[in-house]
Amino acid sequence: MKKEDSKPTLEARRAFLAKLGGAASCAGVVVGAATLGVVPAIAAKTGAPPDAGSFPTKDYDWTKHQWGFGVDATKCIGCLRCVEACKNENEVPRNAHQFRTWVERYVHLEGEEAVRIDSQQDPVNIQASGSEKEFRFANRYKDAKVDKAFFVPKLCNHCAHPACVQVCPVGATYKTEDGVVLIDHDYCIGCRYCVQACPYGARYFNEEKGVSDKCTWCYHRITKGLQPACVEVCPVGARIFGDQKDKQSPISLFIRNNRVQVLRPESGNAPNVFYVGIDKEVN
Amino acid sequence: MEPIIHFAPYTGWVYPNETVFEWSVLIAVYPYLTGLVAGAFTVSSLYQVFGFERLKPVAHLALLTSLSFMIFVPTPLLLHLGHPERAFNSTITPHLTSAMAMFGFFASFYVALLILEGWFAYRPFIVSQAQTKTGLLGKFYGLLTLGSHDVSEPVMRFDRKWIFALAVIGIPAAHGLHGYVGFMYGSLKSREWWSSDLMPVIFLFSAIISGVALLVVLYVASCKLRKIPVDAACVKGLAYTIWAFIMIAIVLEALAFANLVYKGREGIDMIMEYVTGPLLIPYFLLQFAIGMIVPLLWLSYMIWRGTSGRALVVGVTLCACLVLFSVFMMRWNVVIGGQEISKTGKGLLAYHMPFFGKEGALMAILLTIAPLGLLYVLTRLFPPWADAAAHAHV
Repeated sequence: MKKEDSKPTLEARRAFLAKLGGAASCAGVVVGAATLGVVPAIAAKTGAPPDAGSFPTKDYDWTKHQWGFGVDATKCIGCLRCVEACKNENEVPRNAHQFRTWVERYVHLEGEEAVRIDSQQDPVNIQASGSEKEFRFANRYKDAKVDKAFFVPKLCNHCAHPACVQVCPVGATYKTEDGVVLIDHDYCIGCRYCVQACPYGARYFNEEKGVSDKCTWCYHRITKGLQPACVEVCPVGARIFGDQKDKQSPISLFIRNNRVQVLRPESGNAPNVFYVGIDKEVN
Repeated sequence: MEPIIHFAPYTGWVYPNETVFEWSVLIAVYPYLTGLVAGAFTVSSLYQVFGFERLKPVAHLALLTSLSFMIFVPTPLLLHLGHPERAFNSTITPHLTSAMAMFGFFASFYVALLILEGWFAYRPFIVSQAQTKTGLLGKFYGLLTLGSHDVSEPVMRFDRKWIFALAVIGIPAAHGLHGYVGFMYGSLKSREWWSSDLMPVIFLFSAIISGVALLVVLYVASCKLRKIPVDAACVKGLAYTIWAFIMIAIVLEALAFANLVYKGREGIDMIMEYVTGPLLIPYFLLQFAIGMIVPLLWLSYMIWRGTSGRALVVGVTLCACLVLFSVFMMRWNVVIGGQEISKTGKGLLAYHMPFFGKEGALMAILLTIAPLGLLYVLTRLFPPWADAAAHAHV
């Protein structure tokens, strides 16, 4: 995690400690305050300090952006360059079980009712790639009669109401002003409650670092005006990224020009990854 | 440290990141220990607050048991954390929307309450020991008197008021602590197997029966070790308690399962495949049939027939062992079972518990029996036996 990612929680922590030292120095007061509805006010203090001209870095003001991500599943060819780029860019463990992003393959075979789903971590696909460090989809349906097939790239949904942020006992994972859910690796205690709470399976536990990890939309890149690594390498433009505050940005146009949908809307998490071209089985 | 990642085999479709089981057997041990604490405290309260005189022989043992297990409750969590040295972050800077954030406060409060109640309950004993014992032990008891050597009747009346008040506060504290553990699972919407409004009360009632069952076993074992006769009335009192609460526990679990099946939301097909497949033995056979129905029927029979003497003691003790086993299976089926059903609702995973290692079976066993070691030490320092009559019983 980059340095700037951890700053907001530190600020919030100082503010919270100041409060704690004064009024809420005993648990009874905290519980009392919680019941009076002060909880959201305290819990939501992950924003920038009010007098900050730019944040989290000198050249970047997170109040001026609202990032969004689009996936056009009709374009994805399942080349998995995005997965490898992500692993390279973000030091994701080199194995077939931990990912910040992945691609799912949905195949309807003729005469079969149930859809067949796999991803790059499937043993058959790993066998085809020959390594747990490189990924490709095995051509396992070449002799079958395929009715319908498509790929669906997946990643953290950077939800507006993220369950992972809600359950983190220390506030190490938080929502930024510009709409990204980040993890402060210097503060995470490694309880993995967030991993359990995410309905999308977007989080994993980095055993080496002892902390939870997930997609950050390459926050270290986007705050410098670059695209996330997966978007950058996608050869077909299946991944779309941009600022929703800019009405002419790729993501604004993508949302405006398409009928988009989100995954598991019933969860109430309000995801910020918008999909086009997915089928009823995708969740 | 070499990272240890346990990949889980699976069938169907599961999210790639799910192939690593993040909550191990230790997370099943944790609610098991808190449950034993809450249940043991219930026994203590039945005597101290509700005046169940027949439970007098185990009242102080219950208090010591509760304390011994409570001290070990955080250990499985600490062993599980990626950064145990940061554990206090949740107490220093609690994130108040998290169901987990208050645990440190609740647990600390409860430990303080247990120590305080124990101190009041044992004060006459501590004072007498401080006055009679010499050397290091005398100094130890002398320190524990906290400078108060007065055990006159007016002072004892004052103490009894405190014990009563602390026992009253302890009831919601112990049960709240455990209900809260249930809420940590029940409030997660990501897993259909956990996401039940009944989860906190299911945890609570299973906790009560496990704690009472533990006391049956400990009491009978202590009598055998001390070569004194078992107080059959006390065992019968404990048997009644298990019998009453086990019925509620069974009904609640059955209701939760019926709700899950009847609502039949997304993923129910996979849940049904799971409960009728891999979970058939651990859930229906071990947890329900052997662990709950058998003790219920057996206890009912003994109560109906008015069984007494050795047959009663043996019967209740065996039932208690089954209940202890059943409640552990319940924790296992919730924690591990929940993770074996994929969040996709389209696949199942299989957890393979390593024997050795930080989160292996051996560690789980050690953590479960470690409180008994502490309890042994505590019973040597603070004998809880009513027959010894070395200290005041209120």
